[in-house]
Amino acid sequence: MHAALAVIFLTLFSGGGFGLMALVAIVNDLHIDGGLSPIQTLAAVILSLIFVTIGMLSSTAHLANPKNAWRAFTRWRTSWLAREGIFAVAYYPFAFAYLVWTFVTGAPDATVGLILASLAGVIGLITIFCQGMIYAVLRTIRQWNTALVPANFYAMGLAIGATLLAAVRIVTGESAGVFVGIAIALIAAVAVMKAIYYFWIARPSGPTIRTATGFNRFTVRILDQGHTFGTFLTEEFGHTLARDKARGIKLMMYFFAVIVPIIALAFAVAYQSAVAAVIAAVSIVFGLGVERWLFFVEAQHVVNLYHGRQRC
Amino acid sequence: MRLGLVIDLDTCVGCHACAVACKEWNTSGTTAPLTDYNPYGAKPSGVWFNRIRHYEIGEYPYNKTVNFPMSCMHCENAECVTVCPTGASHKRPEDGIVLVDQSKCMGCNYCSWACPYGARELDRVSGTMKKCTLCIDRIYDMEIPEEERQPACVLTCPAHARMFGDFDDPESPVSRAVRERGGYQLMPELNYDPSNHYLPPRVHAPIPTEGLKKKAGAKVKEWVNRVVER
Repeated sequence: MHAALAVIFLTLFSGGGFGLMALVAIVNDLHIDGGLSPIQTLAAVILSLIFVTIGMLSSTAHLANPKNAWRAFTRWRTSWLAREGIFAVAYYPFAFAYLVWTFVTGAPDATVGLILASLAGVIGLITIFCQGMIYAVLRTIRQWNTALVPANFYAMGLAIGATLLAAVRIVTGESAGVFVGIAIALIAAVAVMKAIYYFWIARPSGPTIRTATGFNRFTVRILDQGHTFGTFLTEEFGHTLARDKARGIKLMMYFFAVIVPIIALAFAVAYQSAVAAVIAAVSIVFGLGVERWLFFVEAQHVVNLYHGRQRC
Repeated sequence: MRLGLVIDLDTCVGCHACAVACKEWNTSGTTAPLTDYNPYGAKPSGVWFNRIRHYEIGEYPYNKTVNFPMSCMHCENAECVTVCPTGASHKRPEDGIVLVDQSKCMGCNYCSWACPYGARELDRVSGTMKKCTLCIDRIYDMEIPEEERQPACVLTCPAHARMFGDFDDPESPVSRAVRERGGYQLMPELNYDPSNHYLPPRVHAPIPTEGLKKKAGAKVKEWVNRVVER
């Protein structure tokens, strides 16, 4: 698949923003480690809003005809993309209301505030599910057509959110041991979940050039694609990645998304280092950005079979 | 009604006339234009509803070239319609034709991801998804003679390798062809249930080339050819 930066940013940033909002709600609801102070709550909710907004804006950037984007809310009965759009928009009023509530009353843990935060968090989590299902329902791309995709989107959104929350806690100069613990646990979950995913998609399965052409008992070889230069199909679906190159990029992904954030977070909590906390946050976003790029480039659409690929 | 095409892989000669006729008709049709990018430049490209690929089936000497035209299959389980968030992609209940409403499409490409057959192509200029309409602006046109109310690709095919008709009618020519010739769907395991069917190449008795007994007349002819100088 063609890995458009706009689509990478959509799920990467909005997923992180929704994960952060959900964790803010959980932490304040359950009063974990004393809950967040008003300043921390404001900072975290603003960060969440910024992340979600980056995601939403970049999603419209990849539309070829954005003037019809408002219609994308109409087919929620069948389309996960429409559902994602509706829930993503529904998140805003509750997140904003919680922001205003905390700013005005200075009591992020009052009942009304907690209800607003919880609603924003739950809607965010539902949106992550919808985002995962956009990819998981496609039977045409076996690397995506698995329940691991929405599950991984949860792990990664929550890991980004937890790292951001720990960074907010450390930067504002408060004890963050519990928050760093949550973040590292979620990052470890991401490492394991992605490993399962890579194991899962490693073996080719599904349609082959034989079932694609119907000549099930013969070898089938392409003689001519029938076009002189690229088509929409080759540009959109033709991208692949050599196996050894993919391995190197996966190692890079694990380095930036897992190893650096864990070390930086441990360092940050031990020495109350705001710089290390920010490094952890930047590194995990970059690392999971690489992950999302791989997610697209490794996805092999079955239409490639008609262009001569023996299997996908 | 379930309208669709039957493509005869036995007689298709791979001339691309169907693709050209399609392009000509539809570039001024309901989803017009079919934009070309850089048509006279070094790397011409553009939007086509119909593409023909060429494959070698089997191993030499038991091999065969098969020409493979592909356009929208107008699937019964059209996932491209299911995933469309705007309602631009729709399947007509009365005849099963899958269409894209150009005034509603936002160009998100999602339907093209859902299509296993590569039937949908984004027009970069209009910013909308375009696809085969089964020449909906021909087949229902009461102004043209009845025998011409067929898709442009079917009318133009010089090898009569394309048939158009209703698959819901068991006695229609397309249904009979599929039944009698073992017509099949592409990638049935994905369960899209495409309307378009493909007829496999016929099995012909091999034409002998070695160890042939020559007829007496042929022998005389050969002898005359050798002896008579021109």
